[in-house]
Amino acid sequence: MSWEVVIGLEVHVQLATQSKIFSGSSTEFGAEPNTQASLIDLGMPGVLPVLNADAVEKAVKFGLGIEAEITPKSVFARKNYFYPDLPKGYQISQFELPIVGKGHIEITLEDGTTKRIGVTRAHLEEDAGKSLHEDFHGMSGIDLNRAGTPLLEIVSEPDMRSAKEAVAYAKAIHSLIRYLGISDGDMSQGSMRCDCNVSLRQKGEEKFGTRREIKNVNSFKNVEKAINAEIEWQMDELESGREIQQATVLYDVNKDKTFAMRSKEEANDYRYFPDPDLLPLEVTEAVINRVRQSLPELPTQKIERFMAELELSDYDARVLAADRVLADYFETVVKESGAKPKLCANWVSVELLGALNKNDLDIDSSPVSAEQLGGLVKRIADNTISGKIAKQIFEELWINGGTADSIIEAKGLKQETDTGAIEAVVDQVIAESADQVAQYLAADDNKRKKLIGYFVGQTMKLSKGKANPQMVNQILAKKLV
Amino acid sequence: MHTKTLKALSDALSAGELSSQELTQHFLDRIKQHDPGVNSFITVTEEQALAQAKAADEQRAAGNATALTGVPIAHKDIFCTQGVKTSCASKMLDNFIAPYNATVVEKMNDAGIVTLGKTNMDEFAMGSSNETSFYGPVKNPWSTDHVPGGSSGGSAAAVAARLAPAATGTDTGGSIRQPASLCGITGLKPTYGRVSRWGMIAFASSLDQAGPMTQTAEDAALLMNAMAGFDPKDSTSTDIEVPDYTADLNQPLNGLRIGLPKQFFEDGLDAEVGKVVQEAIALYEKLGATLVDIELPNTHLSIPAYYVVAPAEASSNLSRFDGVRFGYRCKDPADLEDLYKRSRGEGFGEEVKRRIMIGTYALSAGYYDAYYLKAQKVRRLIKNDFDEAFKSVDVIMGPTSPNAGFKLGEKASDPVSMYLSDIYTISVNMAGLPGISIPAGLSNRLPVGLQIIGNYFDEARLLNVAHRYQQETDWHAQVPAAFA
Amino acid sequence: MALDKEDVIKIAHLARLQVADSEVEATTERLSSILGLIEQLQAAPTDGVEPMAHPTDAVQRLREDVVTETNHREEYQQIAPATEEGLYLVPKVIE
Repeated sequence: MSWEVVIGLEVHVQLATQSKIFSGSSTEFGAEPNTQASLIDLGMPGVLPVLNADAVEKAVKFGLGIEAEITPKSVFARKNYFYPDLPKGYQISQFELPIVGKGHIEITLEDGTTKRIGVTRAHLEEDAGKSLHEDFHGMSGIDLNRAGTPLLEIVSEPDMRSAKEAVAYAKAIHSLIRYLGISDGDMSQGSMRCDCNVSLRQKGEEKFGTRREIKNVNSFKNVEKAINAEIEWQMDELESGREIQQATVLYDVNKDKTFAMRSKEEANDYRYFPDPDLLPLEVTEAVINRVRQSLPELPTQKIERFMAELELSDYDARVLAADRVLADYFETVVKESGAKPKLCANWVSVELLGALNKNDLDIDSSPVSAEQLGGLVKRIADNTISGKIAKQIFEELWINGGTADSIIEAKGLKQETDTGAIEAVVDQVIAESADQVAQYLAADDNKRKKLIGYFVGQTMKLSKGKANPQMVNQILAKKLV
Repeated sequence: MHTKTLKALSDALSAGELSSQELTQHFLDRIKQHDPGVNSFITVTEEQALAQAKAADEQRAAGNATALTGVPIAHKDIFCTQGVKTSCASKMLDNFIAPYNATVVEKMNDAGIVTLGKTNMDEFAMGSSNETSFYGPVKNPWSTDHVPGGSSGGSAAAVAARLAPAATGTDTGGSIRQPASLCGITGLKPTYGRVSRWGMIAFASSLDQAGPMTQTAEDAALLMNAMAGFDPKDSTSTDIEVPDYTADLNQPLNGLRIGLPKQFFEDGLDAEVGKVVQEAIALYEKLGATLVDIELPNTHLSIPAYYVVAPAEASSNLSRFDGVRFGYRCKDPADLEDLYKRSRGEGFGEEVKRRIMIGTYALSAGYYDAYYLKAQKVRRLIKNDFDEAFKSVDVIMGPTSPNAGFKLGEKASDPVSMYLSDIYTISVNMAGLPGISIPAGLSNRLPVGLQIIGNYFDEARLLNVAHRYQQETDWHAQVPAAFA
Repeated sequence: MALDKEDVIKIAHLARLQVADSEVEATTERLSSILGLIEQLQAAPTDGVEPMAHPTDAVQRLREDVVTETNHREEYQQIAPATEEGLYLVPKVIE
């Protein structure tokens, strides 16, 4: 049987505010347990929430970033359930009237094609605390520092058809929130978490199958692996003639399997109702316009500019614009080097990203700064060094730091462009290669083109790579007659 | 000394006729002597009161006293008081020492007011008789086998028995006005948003409002000056200027248009109570007011709508009492669910549990539209009725409660009959309007209150209308014989 | 509308309230009588009426994004039933 995969994502993004969404507690990560839990965060009797203006502004930014309608009067609602990391016994969220309505975002697939994914809504809510399961005499410990951290929950349409598309969507959201500066998107610290709704249906079927929700997936890699594991499980079930039951599941990285959470005895009945402590949230046209003015250049705009002004290929533009920090890095390299953008693009997307990938680093923690790389590319562009030497210098920059110029100077890597000096080396090569010279001279033009490589190689070797390759070619051509 | 009004005590303090320490000691002594028979206090903060009194005297001596510096009052035990037990009359919070002050308390402290202690109440303010308190019922000082009303029954009884010159209360469906009526004192429920709810343990957040409970309207005006005002910590508090509530107390009532809602004088109103209210209204006519017959056609729906909205909000508000961070925790919980169920099952009293369950049901899947949403729509109808009425009248008058005080235990086993006793007060909370109850006579030697309802933020007028009546009558000055 | 015992057990569970078996019947009866009172709402004509969640027509006021709170853990945990190493303790949480 032929199955079609249907995926929708709920992405929770921690908004990068100084204070919590409803209290003046710090949102800083990593503090001692419960030292950033105020009366409000603890849900003490008699306390009241007051909404953080910056959380609202960041949500509006996101809405504008996905070209969504901003709800003029959105409503905060209480989602009621008991859990020890939820101090009030309800989470303040938005239900019927979220601040951000329907919008969309474009994703780029591995083959370079793009697809538009619908965003159903995005709403503001407060994060819960954390249960620590280390054994305290058979008890769990509750840390409420995270309770009340502002979250934007972004709900997609079920528009994705593969795990790869889901990852591309998650990356697009990640890219956008970093562009907008509304979140650091750091998945390792839980600043961005994904719930993946996965269902299968027979090809051609209109109706969606029963979905299962994979909770709290915390890396792009795991989004792909978890969804694929879930697809495999569902397919097995369906192929064996069993029905899928709606469920919430977790992904076990070690076993590469999804498993259902201990099923709650009652179906969730969250008893949503408008929070009587919070009046409707009004976002006026004036506010929307002000936020619109403050929006940075967004990924799609940047891609267009990179292609039009910097004459990058569509592929290069997309790779470099995928992340705001990366794009800024690239533009700094262009500026510092004064070189052709295409050359800079190659160095950033091939050499730098390759090295980062190999070392499992992201652009924020690159050991080579944009200024350093710019200085290096500058010397390639002005023929001070060859591309090959440049790679050597790059490695040096990566490990020991410094500047390209200082390394060139210290190691004497400056490219040889003195005709006389190169001629001397070429003469030596010709003198030591009588057989090859005879072979060359006997060959026709076609063969000669192949054979000349030997002489170039020898010349470069003898010059320790410093001879300018074009000049070597010219001189050889002149001498081998 | 104890029969003096807040105003008279304030004047005496200013004149140097007595010190706050003497005054405070006097009331502490009275509480010691008389409260065992009334049970109006849960906690008496003697040491702190005397320290505050001493500070107040020093402040007066230094010449930077407010009108209320050194005057002692009591707070309903629903207001958080830092370092002092704040129980909400519940076993759930019997061990709860509040780590902060309610804004109302903070403002009163700032004004130099002395806190005598925390008054008894219905558990979590749920009740109309003060019989649901974990600390036992409060007795009506006028007749100790009668209820004082609720939920602010301790505050009402303490003021009626002159154990405190004044007290704070909260009103969600009548909890200031009804006990004020039953105990023969003055009780003002301000407009929703006039007084901060920060630190006031929530029952139903869209209905709760704090207010003063005093001997006179003038005293209520003095306390309002200290209590009212915008609070950045309460998003639902309103940012409009606070007038001097004492400024217009003596304005003449010529031309005042008083609306008399037909629905407030129909079946269910005790005849004696009706007579007392009519007499009071007749006096207003003499004072130059004109009477206008009006309709509040949805009055009868206010009780059913209230018993959806208030329990729904309460069911959620009271979820934080889970035995984890504060309050009662059951012994040796077997697992998490056991911790929740037994802590809450053992910590809450019967009426509180009933209301939580009603609210939970009204919000649950499949019933939300039929109950909660429907009640919210009816709430709009009730508000519309008042908006319509206030187009042609300045204030609305009627009884506060259909009966004078009933006997302890009389309605305790029948929640519905208890609920019905709030018929005239609940609609005011549903609309968010201000209302005041003032003593207007006696029925079978039990006090009867006249309710005056005003338009939004028209507290000054309510106090003016009440004050003029109190200039002509002395019901407010009557003290039950045992406490005279 | 009358509730049955099953309803009451379900509601009590949702609200995390222990109701002893011996109390279920009496609770059912009382809740049913309250619901009987509430039932009067159904007769009210409310077509086209906007639900009213707040007594005021005002909109939400916002707070500036500033950290105003400091650490009060010791103080706040003094009133907690069980803490250790700064954490609130509860019976083991199983997912």
